[in-house]
Amino acid sequence: MIYIHLFLAFFIPGILGYGGGPSSIPLVENEVVDRYEWLSVKEFSEVLAMGNALPGPIATKMAGYIGYDQAGITGAVVAIFATVAPSLILMISLLSLLMKYKESPRVKRMTIVVRPIIAVLLGIMTYDFFFTSYESVGMLQTVFIGGASYILMEKLKVHPAYVIAGALLYGGIFLG
Amino acid sequence: MKHLNIFIAFFRSGILGYGGGPSSIPLVHKEVVETFKWMDSDEFADVLALGNALPGPIATKMAGYIGYRVGGLSGMVVALTASVLPTVILMIILLTALNTFKDKPWVSGMSSAVIPVVAVMLGKLTWDFFSKSGKSKLGWMWSLLFVAGSLLLLEVVNVHPAMIIFALLLGALLKKNSPAEQEGSSS
Repeated sequence: MIYIHLFLAFFIPGILGYGGGPSSIPLVENEVVDRYEWLSVKEFSEVLAMGNALPGPIATKMAGYIGYDQAGITGAVVAIFATVAPSLILMISLLSLLMKYKESPRVKRMTIVVRPIIAVLLGIMTYDFFFTSYESVGMLQTVFIGGASYILMEKLKVHPAYVIAGALLYGGIFLG
Repeated sequence: MKHLNIFIAFFRSGILGYGGGPSSIPLVHKEVVETFKWMDSDEFADVLALGNALPGPIATKMAGYIGYRVGGLSGMVVALTASVLPTVILMIILLTALNTFKDKPWVSGMSSAVIPVVAVMLGKLTWDFFSKSGKSKLGWMWSLLFVAGSLLLLEVVNVHPAMIIFALLLGALLKKNSPAEQEGSSS
């Protein structure tokens, strides 16, 4: 049963997430946190933090870890398979058909119409994360850490991996 | 030898790419077009357009498809393994280690401090998606309307996001192509 749930939890974001792995983040959160309740918002944020600190595609990192966490190595394989296989099979099998239509306005429109919804889902997640942080470390720390990481990543162009490592260090020393 | 090259190409582009699949595309391009010369730039652009026309993570679609073209089914498996496995294993090791010590106060401090950082990253990603939407054919007005509409459906009516996306995709497919489409002034 858990394998079927794992498959569904990653199949749905994989098949609906237009615009690559990052657009499937809120859809995965919706399944994993809201529907199946495998992780809390806080645990999911740890997964995302680690996923963003490490290189490589984000969708499969989330699937692999959450699958492993829920049902061991088989779980990881099922979750990664559900993330990767459907769209890859479509791509290989529909090749000639897709080649004909890839420039079609209809197909381009699909990516375009989904974008605002992904933005909303990401916005809701952003809010949830700030709120969770406010509840656990308070307003002052949230604003301080959030502000500092914004300046470091966006203004000073520090690599996200270093910012996350810095936050881990800061939290281990001052928030423990 | 060919399979080793496939492994190297997708291992390197996976392990050097930060910020998810889309940001690793230039690295994949470099390996596939420049280093190993499996296809030319035009062909690569075709494959990318093809990948973008389908849902799901882009990095694995590219790896799987290019691996398949270069080395058949086994090439596909090698390419996928190289792009996915190394970072998944790292992820499992690091997070499992973190969870083992989660009762220690310094570990819970660490995980608390990371939440606002992730929130900032998500906020940035939110803005990226929204501004890309505003600059696309949809335009700022329609983007805002879409945002308001989906916010209402998600938060007030409690519709599953999959339903909204599915309905929108269906609409995008069924809508007739207006003449204005060619001038890029309509949604």
